[in-house]
Amino acid sequence: MLAELGHYALVLALSVALIQATIPLLGAWRGDQGWIALARPAALVQCLLVVVAFAALMHAYVTSDFSVLNVATNSHSAKPLLYKISGVWGNHEGSLLLWLLILVLFGAAVAMFGNNLPASFRARVLSVQAMIAVGFLAFVLFTSNPFERLLPAPIDGRGLNPLLQDPGLAFHPPFLYLGYVGFSMAFSFAVAALIEGRVDAAWARWVRPWTLAAWCFLTLGIALGSWWAYYELGWGGWWFWDPVENASFMPWLAGTALLHSAIVVEKRDALKNWTVLLAIVTFSLSLLGTFLVRSGVLTSVHAFATDPARGVFILAFLIVVIAGSLTLYAVRAPAMKGGGLFAPVSREGGLVLNNLLLSTACATVLLGTLYPLFLDALTGDKITVGPPYFNATFGPLMLPALIAMAVGPMLAWKRADILGALQRLKFAIAATLAALFLTLVLAYDGPWMAIPGIALGVWIIAAALEEAAHRLRLFRAPIGESLRRLARSPRSAWGTTFAHAGAGMVIIGIVASSSWQVEKLQVMRTGEQVAVGEYSFKFLGATAIKGPNYDAVRGSFEVRRDGAHVDLMTPESRSYPEPPMETTEAAIRTGWGGDLYAVIGDPTADGAWSTRFYNKPMIHWIWMGCLFMVLGGLVSLSDRRHRVGAPARRNKNAKPLEVAKSVAGE
Amino acid sequence: MTRKRRRLYIVSGFMLIFATAAALVLMAFEENIVFFYSPTELARKMEQQPIPPNRRLRIGGLVEEGSLGREKDGVTITFRVTDTVEVINVRFRGFLPDLFREGQGIVAEGSVAADGKFVATEVLAKHDETYMPKEVAEALKEAGQWQGDHE
Repeated sequence: MLAELGHYALVLALSVALIQATIPLLGAWRGDQGWIALARPAALVQCLLVVVAFAALMHAYVTSDFSVLNVATNSHSAKPLLYKISGVWGNHEGSLLLWLLILVLFGAAVAMFGNNLPASFRARVLSVQAMIAVGFLAFVLFTSNPFERLLPAPIDGRGLNPLLQDPGLAFHPPFLYLGYVGFSMAFSFAVAALIEGRVDAAWARWVRPWTLAAWCFLTLGIALGSWWAYYELGWGGWWFWDPVENASFMPWLAGTALLHSAIVVEKRDALKNWTVLLAIVTFSLSLLGTFLVRSGVLTSVHAFATDPARGVFILAFLIVVIAGSLTLYAVRAPAMKGGGLFAPVSREGGLVLNNLLLSTACATVLLGTLYPLFLDALTGDKITVGPPYFNATFGPLMLPALIAMAVGPMLAWKRADILGALQRLKFAIAATLAALFLTLVLAYDGPWMAIPGIALGVWIIAAALEEAAHRLRLFRAPIGESLRRLARSPRSAWGTTFAHAGAGMVIIGIVASSSWQVEKLQVMRTGEQVAVGEYSFKFLGATAIKGPNYDAVRGSFEVRRDGAHVDLMTPESRSYPEPPMETTEAAIRTGWGGDLYAVIGDPTADGAWSTRFYNKPMIHWIWMGCLFMVLGGLVSLSDRRHRVGAPARRNKNAKPLEVAKSVAGE
Repeated sequence: MTRKRRRLYIVSGFMLIFATAAALVLMAFEENIVFFYSPTELARKMEQQPIPPNRRLRIGGLVEEGSLGREKDGVTITFRVTDTVEVINVRFRGFLPDLFREGQGIVAEGSVAADGKFVATEVLAKHDETYMPKEVAEALKEAGQWQGDHE
């Protein structure tokens, strides 16, 4: 009964979305206040209906109602509760419903908290948002109904892919979607601004918190996904340039560019056309990501759908959205004149460079991801574009961006002095040279790429710190004044410091773990020992154990360093009955210096076990760096100016904008 | 600094970066594209001309029943991949994916060694019990051995 209620709620939501997509837009065009006022209640009702639908599906999963086809195919009564819940989005239909849920929640947030948006602009934003919702609601209802019944109901379900039964992956899709869908806000604002024919600093101030929030979620989602791949797949890799990873990475790159160009619009009233275009492109890439992952054109663990009708539908929707918004852009953009002039060497110039490099790098990733699909469609040749391609194109393009990102925040607006900026970074330069020298001495026999690589990471972190020190006048003014400055300086500047330092940490993590990793692959008998770098692993034996819904073999390894006991590591090899599948549970020990990683494989005929060990120095810096970037985003999001005063452009006495806070707290 | 001048700078900066990117992409495509062959296609290819040992490629097919073995060092695994017409001998040092089984479809990436064996650096198996790698399904269809659709 509840499943039918959920289905019915979705049908109602579609009709509400159709009204919301048209009436307020027409109202804003005709200046009809009544029609404009419809946008808010419509957004709230639509949100409520989708929440009901999602709750109905969640209920079916939690109570293991196997008369619902979706539950029967993807759940099992013996599954732990967490994975019953995450099972809701661990499949095609449910994940689309999650997408939709987040979309309408964002819409409702604008309706509820966007008090200082002019009513007609808000109506347009909500209408555009509803158009996207119409597309996805139609997609869910006509091609991927999660509430389809299965009669007679089976005794038990087929179970969730055991690889997906993991806490890291339980939260990976929601965060990723919060990011993807968050960019829909930037898109709706951009399209509404194009319809209105006006982009100004206030517009940028509305767009930025949404973009920032979406960017934080996406960063977290990507980091969770790569972390999951690292510990769950059992081969120690964390990024494979897999098309599905690229699908989430491209919106991240474009979103990062958008985040930076919106600053220029806000502060200097320049780069308006470009920023609007970026907002459109970023969301289009999010949709493209959804298409690539959901349509089954890719061979991947993520590709649930192999029904061509779905692929065609998403492709058609993608074309409508991209072609429609770009046409509108082509018609309206030329009329928008940019303000603020600036010299090539200036804060704006630096941000332009950042944007050019990020978007070009994004384009090379797009090309590498789509080329095999095109070639297959055109000639039937099956090719793979693997990591070497991306390393050879993406790497060199990002290098100047990374070097420059350390200097950017030191440049003045309008016209800057690059030598002066470098002079003010003298400690950072000294630290970089020291890092260069130290890695040269300590790691001269390793890969040479590690030496400039580590120095680059140090350069970014040290420059971020030195820039912050200048802001506080640390050590040059009395400590009291520095503290006063700490309290007063804008949060967004601290956001930059954290996020940039985080990027430096990611670089160091990537370079160190890939250059100096030690890998051992060995067949071991009980009592045997193997050296991995400065650590030794002694095999104490393997025992059979039983988990809640799997059987496993657990190997025990005693880890020693210089003869002293360090830890006992117990990797497992699990086999799940429903669906029948084996997974590798690596044992990972994270220390200050990096990770030790142990995997146990199959037994050989004569009673030995195949084992694999890694010593990965500083790999945890990758995820720590990502967390720093997210932290930077959140700090910047809490900046006063996103909440108070400035965004109001017509309605001076409006209530402060609470948008930023509400998103962060969600 | 006029608006025109600024546009000139931005456009020329963009052209420079774009040209660099295009050059990088073309170079990378030249060297790093990995083609997929079925055992039959690979055999035909090798008859025409030997494949240089540094050329990376992907092969795919079914793991032949009874072909899985280990070399003396215990960690090097050997098996044969077949599309029921031709057979490729594969050597792989590492951990096989959790879903690797005889009689099932796999894709392997690597290169052809001097002795004609395929040295894999990566072996991909299907992801669950209902899934067959798309390339493998199509290769088998071509060899006339595959009836079902690849759902």
